[in-house]
Amino acid sequence: MIALSINGRDTEVDVTPDTPLLWVLRDNLSMTGTKFGCGLAQCGACTVHLDGRPVRACVTPVRRAAGRKVTTIEAVGSGRVGQAVQQAWLKIDVPQCGYCQSGQIMSATALLERNPAPSDADIDGAMDGNLCRCGTYNQIRAAIHEAAASLKA
Amino acid sequence: MSALFKPSRRDFLKATALAGGGLVIGFALPATGRFARAATDFAPSAYLRVAPDGTVTVVCGLSEMGQGVLTAIPMLVAEELDADWSRIKVEQGPADAAFANPIFGMQATGGSTAVMGFWTPMRKAGAAAREMLVAAAAASWGVAAADCSTRDGRVTGPGGQSLGYGELAERAGALPVPAEPVLKDPSDFRLLGTAARRLDSPPKIDGSGQFGLDVRLPVMLTAALARPPAPGARLVSVDDRAARAIAGVRDVITLPQGVAVLADGFHAAVQGRDALVTEWDKGEFASVTHETISKRLHAALERKGVTVRAEGKADRPVARRLEATYEVPYLAHACMEPMNGTAWVRDGGCEVWTGTQGQGPLKGLVAGLLGIAPEQVKVHTPYLGGGFGRRFAADFAIEPVLLSKATGKPVQVVFTREDDMRAGYFRPASVTRFEAGLDATGQPQSFTARIVGPSLMLPSGFMSELPGGIDPSAVEGIAEFFYGVPEQRIEWVREEAGIGPWFWRSVGHSQNCFFLESFIDEMAAATGKDPFEFRRGLLADKPRQRGVLELAAARAGWGTPLPEGRHRGIAVSHSFGSYVAEVAEVSVDAAGKVKLHRVVAAVDCGMTVNPQIIERQIEGAIVYGLTAALYGKITLAAGEVEQGNFDDYPVLRMSEMPRVEVHIVPSREPPGGIGEPGLPPLAPALTNAIFAATGKRIRRLPIDPQQLAQA
Repeated sequence: MIALSINGRDTEVDVTPDTPLLWVLRDNLSMTGTKFGCGLAQCGACTVHLDGRPVRACVTPVRRAAGRKVTTIEAVGSGRVGQAVQQAWLKIDVPQCGYCQSGQIMSATALLERNPAPSDADIDGAMDGNLCRCGTYNQIRAAIHEAAASLKA
Repeated sequence: MSALFKPSRRDFLKATALAGGGLVIGFALPATGRFARAATDFAPSAYLRVAPDGTVTVVCGLSEMGQGVLTAIPMLVAEELDADWSRIKVEQGPADAAFANPIFGMQATGGSTAVMGFWTPMRKAGAAAREMLVAAAAASWGVAAADCSTRDGRVTGPGGQSLGYGELAERAGALPVPAEPVLKDPSDFRLLGTAARRLDSPPKIDGSGQFGLDVRLPVMLTAALARPPAPGARLVSVDDRAARAIAGVRDVITLPQGVAVLADGFHAAVQGRDALVTEWDKGEFASVTHETISKRLHAALERKGVTVRAEGKADRPVARRLEATYEVPYLAHACMEPMNGTAWVRDGGCEVWTGTQGQGPLKGLVAGLLGIAPEQVKVHTPYLGGGFGRRFAADFAIEPVLLSKATGKPVQVVFTREDDMRAGYFRPASVTRFEAGLDATGQPQSFTARIVGPSLMLPSGFMSELPGGIDPSAVEGIAEFFYGVPEQRIEWVREEAGIGPWFWRSVGHSQNCFFLESFIDEMAAATGKDPFEFRRGLLADKPRQRGVLELAAARAGWGTPLPEGRHRGIAVSHSFGSYVAEVAEVSVDAAGKVKLHRVVAAVDCGMTVNPQIIERQIEGAIVYGLTAALYGKITLAAGEVEQGNFDDYPVLRMSEMPRVEVHIVPSREPPGGIGEPGLPPLAPALTNAIFAATGKRIRRLPIDPQQLAQA
């Protein structure tokens, strides 16, 4: 059994330690907000926070999450920054198909947590690993600036 | 695609009393077309409910893949209903003949048809409900219906009396449904043409929205398949001992599609799949490569094809001839959500949960597969994590049905990214050769195109024979040649050179517009004319093409100075009922790397439903087209697809995203499509700008930086 703290709740899962955190979330815990896109840390759809830092859950063995705080899209809105990001996403109507947006929001929240006023270059740097096939990049950029402005206000 | 299917406009409106009170407007189209017949019997289904609390629920039978259909369809209803938009809800409809797409004659989402097909039927449904609510209010007040008005979900009488739709719903439900409800004059639209908020945004920002991969059922098994390494490869042997030894693996089942490992969860399923020892016979495909396919396509250029168009004679002698051959490769869709499907076969029936673009045909296919009646098949459509045409196919839905039948358990088949990339559904490679004859003044006198490529319609099953021997999906974008050139000859040579051709965002237009609009640019360059003015001069009697061309050029500042190193290119297209012109602003560095800085698009899609969604669809199509132009390439070695994931099939990233401006032409024309029309002109606008920057003509995609590198 591996003990985990996910979104502030302690839980135990019976999996091999090398099982990717993504599949523990999705299959063992039925927390399907975190998405599978590539399995190789190439697309960012599975981004979650480990102790506040963004990681790709598809290549993160669950043992690495043991003893650390895991935050997922289901709870990111309970934090001030995550909530501002979600509100900005709604205000700008960012999603199209929406599949990548969990990961986009997790990466954007992690960016704003450490950099409250990111430049466009900062956004490129933080978000380049999050792919979107619908092409919502300009809306994502606008929503990050919007969230930053709302947090400053 | 729209010309292929005869729309049926015989609407049957029905009203039913809702359990617990309320008004339900059902609406059924007769099932037409071979898929619809196979799929379902006539079964009218409710798609508009007014609840006693005033909530209006619109049931949408089209699939939401990002294009905004779960917002656009309710807007059509709400406009005519004079509903309060803040009290509109939307619900995904089941697979049912009632939701047949009038343009396809079956329940399917694609070809940019949603608004085109449902513009009138959905407005009629809203208008019928409104007339019934008004009649109910007028009767209760003892006034004439004509003296009542409606707004924001309320009926107001001549004396200022007012009732909410919820209060009227039950009484309205008892009234007859008007057969021909009166539709608003577009000048009276209050909601259509506004940027109403997307109804599907809230569940897409907190992880609660359910996609196909998110379906979770009790005792569900997850399956991953060892798939044929090349199309048609035959399984020679399989050793599943190691796979079965992996913790969590429950079963190994061989299907015609491959060897499935069923397990508790994805991780064990993929571990088990990877532990299978399989041997395959690739047969004649073992020697196929993308180069052998390309050679066959080029060889087919020497054959005479079927005549698509032959008209006119050159007015004046041809003084100069131009010739050029263009080529594009296979492309994968690479939807963000890998293909998947979930099925549960039990109690003589089957339920399927899958992100499909064609739940109508799927219902019939599953029924046929299981030998049961279509009514015993339920198809649930969660959100689609991208569609782009790929999800018209049924492969990912059939596999779980077969596995659930074999095990009696609910089964979810998950494609890994690599499975998805190599599944054999590709925008086909194709080649086209053009010739043009110019007179002594540089005016075009003749235009010839020989298009070489496979049929899409026959293998997809959407057509059983090609009208006039021509596959419209192969020639669209060139066949409608709209420039004023006196002599025009267009041929199609069918060459089934390779693997699984399939519908890909904008289908034939995706390559044919690149071919044609590049060659038009070559003609302009050969005569020393400005590419915008050259096109404009040939579009004298094509006001809508000319309109978007002029608007895009004006807003892009065509002809005005640009920063050092930047250059513009332009292209215009007509696809899926809409007209789009794009101007691309490009720079190319010494290493040949292309940077697209800005795209200005002008769109004439007739009357608009939601301009924000239109802008986003155009922008999204630009990104999809840009990815293909810069990077898109599926290649084959020894019959096997060489790409597997985003590391070797790159897609555009945030840092590469251009600025995009979309300008919509005000129009009272009937609506056109919007999901696809933004894509076709992007590649030629880009490569025409590259020509302006470097003097080098790109005749083959994806763009090869080595071709552009300064020596």
